Amino acid sequence: MTQIEKIRQEFPELGEQVYGKALVYLDNAATSQRPLSVIRKWTEMSEKYNANLHRAVHRIADLATSEYEATRDAVRAYLNAEFREEIIFTSGATASLNLVAYSFGEAFIHEGDEILVGEAEHHSDIVPWQLLCQRKGATLKVLPVDDGGQLRVDLLPGLLTPRTRLCCVAHISNVLGLVNPVKEIVNICHSNNCAVLVDGAQGIVHARVDVRNLGCDFYAFSGHKVYAAPGTGVLYGRREWLEQMPPFLGGGEMIGTVRWSGSTWAPLPQKFEAGTQNIAGTPTLRPALETAEALRDPAIEAESEKIKELILNKLQNDPRIRLYGVPKTPEEKIPLFSFSVEHVHHEDLALILDKMGIAVRSGQMCAEPLMDRFGVTGMLRVSFAPYNTVQEAEYFIASLDRAINMLVG
Amino acid sequence: MKTLQEVQAEVVADFSMYDEWLDKYEYLIDLGRNLEAFPEERKTEDRLIKGCQSRVWLDTTVEGDRLYFRADSDAIITKGIISLLIGVYSGRTAREIAEDDFSFVDQLGLRENLSPTRANGLASMIETLRRTAQNLL
Repeated sequence: MTQIEKIRQEFPELGEQVYGKALVYLDNAATSQRPLSVIRKWTEMSEKYNANLHRAVHRIADLATSEYEATRDAVRAYLNAEFREEIIFTSGATASLNLVAYSFGEAFIHEGDEILVGEAEHHSDIVPWQLLCQRKGATLKVLPVDDGGQLRVDLLPGLLTPRTRLCCVAHISNVLGLVNPVKEIVNICHSNNCAVLVDGAQGIVHARVDVRNLGCDFYAFSGHKVYAAPGTGVLYGRREWLEQMPPFLGGGEMIGTVRWSGSTWAPLPQKFEAGTQNIAGTPTLRPALETAEALRDPAIEAESEKIKELILNKLQNDPRIRLYGVPKTPEEKIPLFSFSVEHVHHEDLALILDKMGIAVRSGQMCAEPLMDRFGVTGMLRVSFAPYNTVQEAEYFIASLDRAINMLVG
Repeated sequence: MKTLQEVQAEVVADFSMYDEWLDKYEYLIDLGRNLEAFPEERKTEDRLIKGCQSRVWLDTTVEGDRLYFRADSDAIITKGIISLLIGVYSGRTAREIAEDDFSFVDQLGLRENLSPTRANGLASMIETLRRTAQNLL
């Protein structure tokens, strides 16, 4: 048995069939499949450690809290954050981004200030900033991408003004699959006293994230895209920012004292963890990140590289196909490919591929402004995970041809 | 003239000849290709059916108590499905359409085999046909 076959056995969903055919799951950028270690932890938390966190003195509450806080240590270590209180647990990247939009916004954004957002961002990294700008009378500015989908970092210095307080970019675009030069962006922004938030929803899966090396002020990601339970997520924030930011949600363990005359807040990280937390889900981040680490194995990475080469070769050389997110070097592209086919609707292709057993994504991929940028109503996206095989990539290519022939006739 | 139920039974029989889903899709694609051309100037916002991932336009003409439908979509499989629907309902009276339970769609197996977003689209198409007829009663 090859190493990849062994790994696939750890992910029960990968052994499923659809319409009597083996499932070929190529929608990993939407959500990844979960390994047994995650499923077991999730179950274990429900079966053995189900109590509310931090509050009670009883044994089970103590065990649950230990699991939860050990997860925080594991995430801190994984991201190489300096302090454990810089790790805030949330329900996902969207919640993390909204937390910053509210709390950073309350503390630091005033009328006439500016927020800069990348053109290829997910709606979750656009709409919270629009809401913030409306609330504060601030201005939202856009850092564009070029025709190949590359972020125009060369335009960044010119777009930054003394009023630009925050720049928000994805580590890796969920549509283009291109790795943005985050370190360079951070350097430029910081030399203009502008903070940087990184949407790491895809980055956490495909890059080795070191927040101190990146130098960013905030890094947000969801658990469910990186093998953990849904409804889990992380916000990394530099301590000096988090300390100055007011709470986002009120209630539960985020309080210091509550009086009719006014309340005080718990220290970090509890200040930002209001209400009952995802007791069973959040601890799955630990085995999930261990999985991510284990999948960064030379043999598996070689398979991923081969897949990337095969798919890029197909999508870039077939004259009927237009690829969005064209890499200048192979390293800057993850195995995530969005494309359109001449005279073919993306949804028709997705429906036919589905009947061939292949799960793909069609539509706007939560990035309408980017669809407008490329003048399309939607795209087709295939996104591979390290557990996908070269055979699956070959089957996808053959199936794509067959589907196009059915539709073009 | 055949009754609405007879026409529906024929459509169900035709469609169930295909065992494989890919063959059913080939059939829908063919229907979509052969659908009568839809005038570009009628592709207006008010003729657009909401709730579909692809765009679907439906144009209704009333002659006496009968309704005549024309439709188009930018996705070919959707176009095939709407062709099936208007093939059944075009030329029927408002009362026949309004009182129909549209259960033949379930017999086609389309509802459960289309993706949930597409099933919503199908539900929107049916709802639009039904409401159009209802409004004329």
